[in-house]
Amino acid sequence: MDGLLPQLDVVRKDFPILERTLAGNRPLVYLDSANTSQKPQCVIDAMVDHLEHHNANVARAMHQLGAESSEAFEAARDTVAEFLGAPSRDEVIFTKNASEALNLLANTMAWAGDRQVGEGDEVLVTEMEHHSNIVPWQLLTQRTGATLRWFGLTDDGRLDLSDVDSLITERTKVVSLTWVSNMLGTVNDVAAIARRAHEVGAVVVVDAAQAAPQMPIDLASMPVEERPDALVFTGHKTVGPTGIGVLWGSRALLDALPPFLGGGEMIETVRMEGSTYAGIPHKFEAGTPPIVEAVGLGAALRYLTDLGMDAVAAHEHAITAYALEGLAGVPGVTVLGPQDAADRGGAIAFELAGVHPHDVAQVLDSRGVAVRAGHHCARPAHARFGVQSTTRMSSYLYTTPAEVDAFVEALEAARTYFGVAS
Amino acid sequence: MTAGGTGQDLDALYQEIILDHYKNPLHAGLREPYEAEVHHVNPTCGDEVTLRVHVSPGEDGDVVADVSYDAVGCSISQASTSVMSDLLIGKPVAEALTVHEEFLALMQGKGTVEPDEDVLEDGVAFAGVAKFPARIKCALLSWMAWKDAVSSASTTQSNGGDA
Ligand SMILES: Cc1ncc(COP(=O)(O)O)c(C=O)c1O
Repeated sequence: MDGLLPQLDVVRKDFPILERTLAGNRPLVYLDSANTSQKPQCVIDAMVDHLEHHNANVARAMHQLGAESSEAFEAARDTVAEFLGAPSRDEVIFTKNASEALNLLANTMAWAGDRQVGEGDEVLVTEMEHHSNIVPWQLLTQRTGATLRWFGLTDDGRLDLSDVDSLITERTKVVSLTWVSNMLGTVNDVAAIARRAHEVGAVVVVDAAQAAPQMPIDLASMPVEERPDALVFTGHKTVGPTGIGVLWGSRALLDALPPFLGGGEMIETVRMEGSTYAGIPHKFEAGTPPIVEAVGLGAALRYLTDLGMDAVAAHEHAITAYALEGLAGVPGVTVLGPQDAADRGGAIAFELAGVHPHDVAQVLDSRGVAVRAGHHCARPAHARFGVQSTTRMSSYLYTTPAEVDAFVEALEAARTYFGVAS
Repeated sequence: MTAGGTGQDLDALYQEIILDHYKNPLHAGLREPYEAEVHHVNPTCGDEVTLRVHVSPGEDGDVVADVSYDAVGCSISQASTSVMSDLLIGKPVAEALTVHEEFLALMQGKGTVEPDEDVLEDGVAFAGVAKFPARIKCALLSWMAWKDAVSSASTTQSNGGDA
């Protein structure tokens, strides 16, 4: 098969969990990477090494360990900046996850400042967003009297841009959209939407939680009109640990926003009467940060960079095409979202006629095949297609064609088990 | 059985009784009269049930005269709703509440509770569900909805019927 990562079997050996077996001595077929990815040994080792040899708080510890820990933490920031092609390392803010990064933006825009959202203003999202890119904006608009609007979806799961002129107007203050949908797999034309949004002076926020793991991102090389003003992703989907996420924001935006959480490290001077704040990135990093997690994330992004994000993207594309082909051969399967692998990420949500997604997932699990069932935190997108829930298979850089075969076979087994096979 | 077969565990979960109720659910549909209607969802998966309870006075206190529902969900949640309504309809509220307790204990017993068939009848088929933590919420969805509904039903007026 063309496009697969070279030496895929060697790559798989980097991920110790892929060796394990499940109940009934079945090998693990992990197809839930859009939910969270597995971790290579180098990430695990980097975190253990930090805890074993360099553990200390950052920035405030005046000793050798403190210096080592601070250096490791800040080196992780450099790695993130390189991974994203960020114009400046200071524009990289560590958060707890993608959700927190989005909340940081939506929350701080409620307060006085150049980017304050208020009555009469509009925030624009899309119907395919993860709840994490809907609810924070609902909170913002509800709290400020602004209005939340959204792009609808076409029947084939792409953004319906037919009413773009009435949606992006001079009232639009923020446009926040996902680069790659975690449910439909759709890859959105972020550049085109950013260009339009910038014409009216709106802030453009991109949820890259699904994009960062599977496609190369180079912010600096994007023309400024097309470059988002902020982009978020989460560590655990990019072969890194949980507990850490990233907000990249242009200096202009981050300087214009007031602080989010108050506490240690985000200040310049504190007096009882009031305080002044540190510059970015520290302004948005109150309290002891997730140090070991940052170290792990740094190792993860170096791992991905060593493999080459172009190669990872090609692999995802090949596997996704193969999986779509396999699914097309299973009677009763309806794939939601784009039907072919073009402009599509590696998450495939589908229905299997006559078998509820929970039951599909259960039968698959009994055969060692791990998928997700439910609404995948994208209930509005499910409602748009008139379905309550779906089963989702999501591949990643370590997924093999043989695993896709095992998945397709397991779907046949589910049909047989629930008596819908002809 | 297909190539590779399906694990024994699966059969422990999907008892014949459960699959029967799933395919032919009892007491489905929303009916009048009723004193309370509730809507419960399982936020992690989106399973939903709208459930109505009709209670009427009996010799020894209120009786569960009807449980009607409209539900979307997996085999476990659908079958559980069917089994529950069949089990509770016609029982004095006090007794129905003890059946509820018994079912709850079974689900939360991590597979160590021996179900009492005299009390739970078809409900014993759900014993295997207790060993699948992810599915316990499915089995409990409508039971929780019923508990919620019946507690307000006893104190509210009937909608559109004898009270
Ligand atoms: C598109 C998208 N956005 C946001 C998130 C939220 O990520 P996290 O839960 O790590 O904050 C996810 C992951 O679930 C996602 O897929």
